Amino acid sequence: MTILDKFQPLQGAYDAVRAAGQDPFTVCFDAVLSPSEATLKGRRVILLGTNNYLGLTFDGECIESAVEALRQGGTGTTGSRIANGTYDDHAVLERRLAEFYGCRSAMLFSTGYQANLGILSTIAGRGDHILIDADSHASIYDGCRLGQAEVIRFRHNDPDDLARRLNRLKGAPGNRLIVVEGIYSMLGDTAPLAEIAAVKREWGAHLLVDEAHSLGVLGRNGRGLVEQAGVEADVDFIVGTFSKSLGAVGGFCVSDLPDFDVLRIACRPYMFTASLPPSVIASVTRALARIQEEPGLRARLTGNAERFYRGLRAEGFVLGPQAGPIVSIRMPSTEVAIAFWNALLEAGVYLNLALPPATPDNAPLLRSSVSAAHSEAQIGAALAAITAIGRELGVVAAPASRAEPLRPQGDGPRRASMAAAPIPVAPAAVAETTL
Amino acid sequence: MIRTSDIVDVIVGMVTALPQAPREVDAGTNIARDLGLDSLAVMNFVMQLEDRFDVSIPMDRLAGIQTIGDLAVAIADLKGR
Ligand SMILES: Cc1ncc(COP(=O)(O)O)c(C=O)c1O
Repeated sequence: MTILDKFQPLQGAYDAVRAAGQDPFTVCFDAVLSPSEATLKGRRVILLGTNNYLGLTFDGECIESAVEALRQGGTGTTGSRIANGTYDDHAVLERRLAEFYGCRSAMLFSTGYQANLGILSTIAGRGDHILIDADSHASIYDGCRLGQAEVIRFRHNDPDDLARRLNRLKGAPGNRLIVVEGIYSMLGDTAPLAEIAAVKREWGAHLLVDEAHSLGVLGRNGRGLVEQAGVEADVDFIVGTFSKSLGAVGGFCVSDLPDFDVLRIACRPYMFTASLPPSVIASVTRALARIQEEPGLRARLTGNAERFYRGLRAEGFVLGPQAGPIVSIRMPSTEVAIAFWNALLEAGVYLNLALPPATPDNAPLLRSSVSAAHSEAQIGAALAAITAIGRELGVVAAPASRAEPLRPQGDGPRRASMAAAPIPVAPAAVAETTL
Repeated sequence: MIRTSDIVDVIVGMVTALPQAPREVDAGTNIARDLGLDSLAVMNFVMQLEDRFDVSIPMDRLAGIQTIGDLAVAIADLKGR
């Protein structure tokens, strides 16, 4: 008996995955060459699973800013925001974020995970009620667990179910906080935000939107799904991360509530961890400017995403319900998913293997994220490799044996096939360690 | 007011319909262990019960629930509020 015995079932599942080829959880690149390419065991691979939506990790201006800040401000702050870890640059980035969103205040966190942990556990207290989408990210579940509010899940992207649950709370004291994501990280679908905002208004709740995957990606000015859906006035808190479209690390929350800044001395995951180093603050500040100056980045991303999504759909792959920068292919079984993932890596394409229970409706997925930095040739090569392996493994039929003729399809039944599962979907990466 | 035993009967009926249900299902059946459900599957099963009884079971309540009997008591309690 050791303290780690409880992990034996998890270890068993992990061993089974590893026995089938490369270990998907310890892929170690020799070198990352660009936002879209790396070398792995001496061979070049296309990066198609890195959430690097705008390709800014190697942006010349961001790198220059970071290098300069590194020389001027040193390698780290060695302290938390409420002690010695607030430099003028932190304050400037907070002001820029607040301006970008047209809000009074912004707070930086050391990661997006910590932003959710801090905000959710602090703003909703004992006697309050948090209503979260069932497919919420692990950081949202964990933020709820750290706090004292009552937490209720509603069915994924189902405003009616949300309204039913608010109705059941009728008469109970306490605030209501609704939590949704702009783009859901497993299937890439967006929240029906206009409808959710309407429910929020009807029930006098507060609304928090996690734009981790949609900042810089959606909206005319890159302000995410909140901007795209035109509900900026209804959203009380926006949480986001610097680790995806902005190409660095860190998280934030913005809000227009007048007393928001009191959280700086109430929110433990903000107060009791070191602040972001100057170099990161500098590259993020530059990247935030880049996404405003260069809408072309977003246009390129959208073009690449649509081409990739349509290409896969035309081959008969079962995809998430919406074209977007996250494109997930549903696999018929865990065994096939593992074999497919290994064969793709062998063919020079890296993407993410997502296995139940971390995936909606318990289906194994090959999850890819498209970038503005992908060239047409890279998207083409990835499509060709996925199609060839898909046919070899029998995930899709070869053209000759396909019943329907190969033509672009409208937004027909296949579009909703993954969302139409009879059982409510299971949350992505939620409460437990995910394999 | 619904009686806890009536709630147990409904849950047993729903569980018996699951493909992996054991032969004997009663108030003492452990939901995760005896039904082979991981914690997410449990949460999704609970969502169906929530619809059936028109209640929401907060997640912290779920943490203390092991058996069908525990679940029925929680639902009866929430209905009685
Ligand atoms: C929806 C969502 N929220 C928060 C995070 C956490 O972001 P970070 O990587 O900055 O911790 C992620 C990233 O995986 C995410 O997908």
